[in-house]
Amino acid sequence: MNWFETVRAGVEAIRAHRLRSALTMLGIVIGISSVILTVGLGQGAQDQVKQQISALGSNLLIVSPGSSTSTTGMRGGFGSASTLTLGDATAIADPSVVPDAKRVAPTTSTSRALTVGETNWTTSVVGTTTTWPDVRTRTLSSGRFFTANEVTQAANVVVLGSDTSTELFSFGSPVGQTVSVDGTPMTVIGVLAPSGSTASGTSEDDQALTPISTAMRLSGTSTGSVSTIYVEATSSDTLSAAYQEINALLLNAHGVTADAADFNIATQDSLVETANSTNKTLTVLLGGIAAISLLVGGIGVMNIMLVSVTERVREIGLRKALGATPSVIRRQFLVEASVLGLAGGLVGVAIGYVGASLLPSLINQPVTVSAVATFGAIGTALALGIGFGVYPASRAARLTPIDALRSE
Amino acid sequence: MSAIIELAGVRKTYRSGTIEFEALRGVDTRIDEGEYVAVVGPSGSGKSTLMNILGCLDNPSEGSYLLAGEDVSRMSEAQLAEVRNRRIGFVFQQFNLLSSLPAWRNVELPLVYAGVPRAARRERAIEALTRVGLADRILNKPGELSGGQQQRVAVARALVTEPALILADEPTGNLDSASSADVLALLDELHAAGRTIVLITHEHDVAANAQRNLVIRDGQITSDELVGAAS
Repeated sequence: MNWFETVRAGVEAIRAHRLRSALTMLGIVIGISSVILTVGLGQGAQDQVKQQISALGSNLLIVSPGSSTSTTGMRGGFGSASTLTLGDATAIADPSVVPDAKRVAPTTSTSRALTVGETNWTTSVVGTTTTWPDVRTRTLSSGRFFTANEVTQAANVVVLGSDTSTELFSFGSPVGQTVSVDGTPMTVIGVLAPSGSTASGTSEDDQALTPISTAMRLSGTSTGSVSTIYVEATSSDTLSAAYQEINALLLNAHGVTADAADFNIATQDSLVETANSTNKTLTVLLGGIAAISLLVGGIGVMNIMLVSVTERVREIGLRKALGATPSVIRRQFLVEASVLGLAGGLVGVAIGYVGASLLPSLINQPVTVSAVATFGAIGTALALGIGFGVYPASRAARLTPIDALRSE
Repeated sequence: MSAIIELAGVRKTYRSGTIEFEALRGVDTRIDEGEYVAVVGPSGSGKSTLMNILGCLDNPSEGSYLLAGEDVSRMSEAQLAEVRNRRIGFVFQQFNLLSSLPAWRNVELPLVYAGVPRAARRERAIEALTRVGLADRILNKPGELSGGQQQRVAVARALVTEPALILADEPTGNLDSASSADVLALLDELHAAGRTIVLITHEHDVAANAQRNLVIRDGQITSDELVGAAS
């Protein structure tokens, strides 16, 4: 009996008990479709994070202050200390110290109230230098960015994010208008083109940029501390070299050892990794639940196959009497179980795909279904069918033809 | 005449726990090609055990069994399956047709296990069904056939491999007298065409159709005689 005949006999046996076969497959169907969906959700969330972080700029290194330790021993998170200064940024920008850094943009960030006439809007006011648009790969939709001269003179000029601009100026061009920042009147000289990204939780489109000198004057501080220094490496190949150079420079400048570093340098890859580790935990958890439902589905296949063997004892006896060897009988039941598993897997994948196309509009989460997950799921379903078919099949193969024929 | 069946000192002992039961206590017999033999005996006489051994469904505990010159008494289960497929056509009391398959697919079943190609199987199955007078029923499922017709499908299935031996186990046990006569006539016809047939029954009037009767009682053959109806 060749494989074609065996598969045909298996499919016929399954079709002879449609309802039962469908119910048997249901466990596998539910398991596989939930695996497809959970893996898709996890993948979708990862892709989203990756896309948002890459929208920060290209070949970017993000230098932020280290954690601070208060007198009570309470440690703040990264960025809570004010150990980075404008001097650090200037040193990094020096090509003889950090040859692999192409551009440097130090930033400070403070939440302030912006007022235009009766409208007011609180947003983060970011002080930075002229290199910011290049480092962050951002463009302006209208007007211009501030000049080196305006930075030196701490001019009262501001560039608005697209959302901020919409909030403050519902009609007309904001360029040339005056906006009051915590009481200080500033001239709007440009509006950023929307980035659509919400990396790091806040919208990249809701902020106001001023020269860093202006921002420091508004804060009334002259410490020169900055909250983040964005560094663009000369290319993706020099990214790790730039990392090493900046690390060595800052350790030396701050007079600390690597263990006591009071700053933190992140690459986009490391940011993606950090963000994904949370997602991964969730995906593994959900995937685990889906795997358990698959296991239950597999046990369902075994259960029904055992019932089927018991019920078809006479048929097995007859087939043996007519010349089926134990291995032919074993193969027949194994193939039957595999067909059940495979069919359940295919239906499960189909339902998973339907779910993946419907889910984003329901819960506003992207779902990415990969070919690897799809084929993996189908392979798993097939393996489940085979795995849980082994025992029923060997039971069928072991039946002696006499006992099998005699049973009523 | 060459021997199809040669049994020498065949014993069969069943064990269940510490209790032993000897179902066959030394059976010697020989059945030649073209014979029509009935094995007769009351229930519990050992005739079912004998039928199992003759049908290569079970190994004897002792003794030897040559089927068409081949010693099958010590064969493995897989080897026996192959011998059954090649040498023996079974007709059962319960017909044992697969209800989900049409008549011709039931008949071709032994050929599937013999590895005969599909087209040839179909042709031979139709030929066998024509032989038993069911040429117009090849596509009917067993449920759509009368008991007598179902048993004729089973006979066609037994014939299709051209076996050395047709083994019929109470073939009329589930049939009314008209259908019984029908099936017995068919067996007579096959015998006339040169087939070797062993019929197992507890009914003497059914056994009377055969050429030779082996009477079995308490695990031994008590009489072996030619019957008047023999040609």
